[in-house]
Amino acid sequence: MIKTSATRDVVTTLVVAALLITIMPQLIGTYTLTVLVVYGMLGLSLGLIWGFGGILCFGQAAYFGLGAYTYAIAAVNFGESTLPMLLAVLVPALFAAILGAMMFYGRLTDVYLGVITLVVTLILFKFINSTAGPQYKIGDARLGGFNGIPGFQTLNVPGRPNDYIWGDAYFYFCAIALVIVYLLVTWLLRSSFGRIAVGIRENETRIALMGYDVAARKTVLFAIGAAIAGLSGALFANWAEIVTPGLFSLGQSAEIIIWCIVGGLGTRFGPVIGAAGLAYLKFLLGQQSMIDNTLIIGLILVFFVLFLPKGILPAVTDIWRVSFGRRKRRGARTRRGRGGRQHG
Amino acid sequence: MDLTFVILVEMLYAVASLILISAGLAVVFGMMKVINLAHGEFMMMGGYATITAVNLGVNIFVAMLIVAPLVVGLIGLVVERLVIRHLYGRLVDTMLATWGLSLFFIGMVTLIFGNTTTGISTPIPGFTVGNYQVNGYNFFIILVSIALLIVMLAVLKATRAGLIARGTMQRSDMAAALGYSPDRIYMATFFCGSAIAGLAGAVLAPLVGLVPTSGGAYIAKAFITVIAGGPSLIAGLISSSTLFGLVSQFFTFAISPVIGEVALLVAAVVLLRLLPQGVTGKFFKGKL
Repeated sequence: MIKTSATRDVVTTLVVAALLITIMPQLIGTYTLTVLVVYGMLGLSLGLIWGFGGILCFGQAAYFGLGAYTYAIAAVNFGESTLPMLLAVLVPALFAAILGAMMFYGRLTDVYLGVITLVVTLILFKFINSTAGPQYKIGDARLGGFNGIPGFQTLNVPGRPNDYIWGDAYFYFCAIALVIVYLLVTWLLRSSFGRIAVGIRENETRIALMGYDVAARKTVLFAIGAAIAGLSGALFANWAEIVTPGLFSLGQSAEIIIWCIVGGLGTRFGPVIGAAGLAYLKFLLGQQSMIDNTLIIGLILVFFVLFLPKGILPAVTDIWRVSFGRRKRRGARTRRGRGGRQHG
Repeated sequence: MDLTFVILVEMLYAVASLILISAGLAVVFGMMKVINLAHGEFMMMGGYATITAVNLGVNIFVAMLIVAPLVVGLIGLVVERLVIRHLYGRLVDTMLATWGLSLFFIGMVTLIFGNTTTGISTPIPGFTVGNYQVNGYNFFIILVSIALLIVMLAVLKATRAGLIARGTMQRSDMAAALGYSPDRIYMATFFCGSAIAGLAGAVLAPLVGLVPTSGGAYIAKAFITVIAGGPSLIAGLISSSTLFGLVSQFFTFAISPVIGEVALLVAAVVLLRLLPQGVTGKFFKGKL
């Protein structure tokens, strides 16, 4: 049963992804779509650690920015993109592992966790902003302070620094990367590690009493989330072709949290769709100058917290079940029996 | 000698401004357990209220000390009735809703005042000590924050209203059983917290160029000060403000202002790791 539901899960993911990848470029330009995909991956990273691990990180933007900066700095130094991509995943993961270990072994929870991650993001933001002078450089890369780092080597075919991957090809690259990450997250959540992570979210004390090392598991999950955020940061750097301190800003962190809330916590697809949807909405709002778009984003967040705290995806699933689920109740129940809904 | 005096004033000023920034949040978060991420925007609106009032011809001190707290307090009241009221006890949800509110206010103020820097000049002239120029306004800020602390302490400790408010925050069901409406008391407390935030924003307004996003500069400092302060309202506020103010000023003078800011944040992380219950979770226990 588990095997078939897992297979069905993978097949559904692949079919939906293939459909979206073919249809969406007809509707929205691939340039905009690329950044939506990148944000989707960023949303997924927080959706994983918050929705399934119960760790509310206010500083997911820190790993996003760290990934982007690592990529940019390494790309300037190496003049090639394969190793920088790997570093952009490893450095944020390592940073998160150290920070996470400090917090989780100190048994810090919710509010304190939120404040520390927020403060760390601020420290990075302030520090990077102040590195305008020529004395701040790593290898050949000048950090550039407020202006950021422009003009680094963008993504190329491994081993051939002159064959750039850009335009449509880059969109497909990002989309496939997102699908792979999504499948990896699916696999992780189906593994015993993922199930215990959900257990920790539900009742930390009970899991600890069962003999699991809660702090270590939370640290690892936190680092995995950071690795995904770092990867999306590197992809973003390649798309924007410049990295600026704005990547670390509180506004960026806020947006990631909003994506997860709006899309639906405790689901994998919710944060992805929330991120892409809201980023596109912001893009559309940016084209009109009538109303400031911060105002609308703010209203959306308040509205969702008050009226739809579970997010869009669970709400839609509920409506679907109420209107169409009755006839198929039997089939639905056996599928749900294996926790299929949990992983929605 | 002159330098010592100047540094002393600067340190006192740093501590005082931290107290001002955090006092409103200490009431809203420390007492009511509402994580108000729109605190910075309340301060920002206090600043705008002051500037608008001054431009309309109101005396600047009246504008700062009376108009701004009232305006922001009323905004806080509306916010409490419309949003916060439904979210008491849901920590994460209040945090997210108030974050939404903060974005909403930024958008609103941008819409009304435009995305430009506004400001007013400081009403108190500076003077020189030896070779150094001292900003006279710093003394005003120190005075206001001392007065604010004394008033807060007096209200909470010596008046019936303060006693009822503290009691309700501890056991709202008991307060209700004794005939007080927790709903109203929460509303009034939130009003006071917002008003204090408005006052702080107003008093600090002449020192900064005000933009709609300037609330962001306060919010992190306010939070770490209140959280590091711990359960006791006033003792926590004073102790953590003193600690962070001294640390940041020390590094500001020793190295640079940016390092001073970073040192403050690092100190906060280290302190929270060592004393997760805050300073007053360990020392000054049971004090107000």
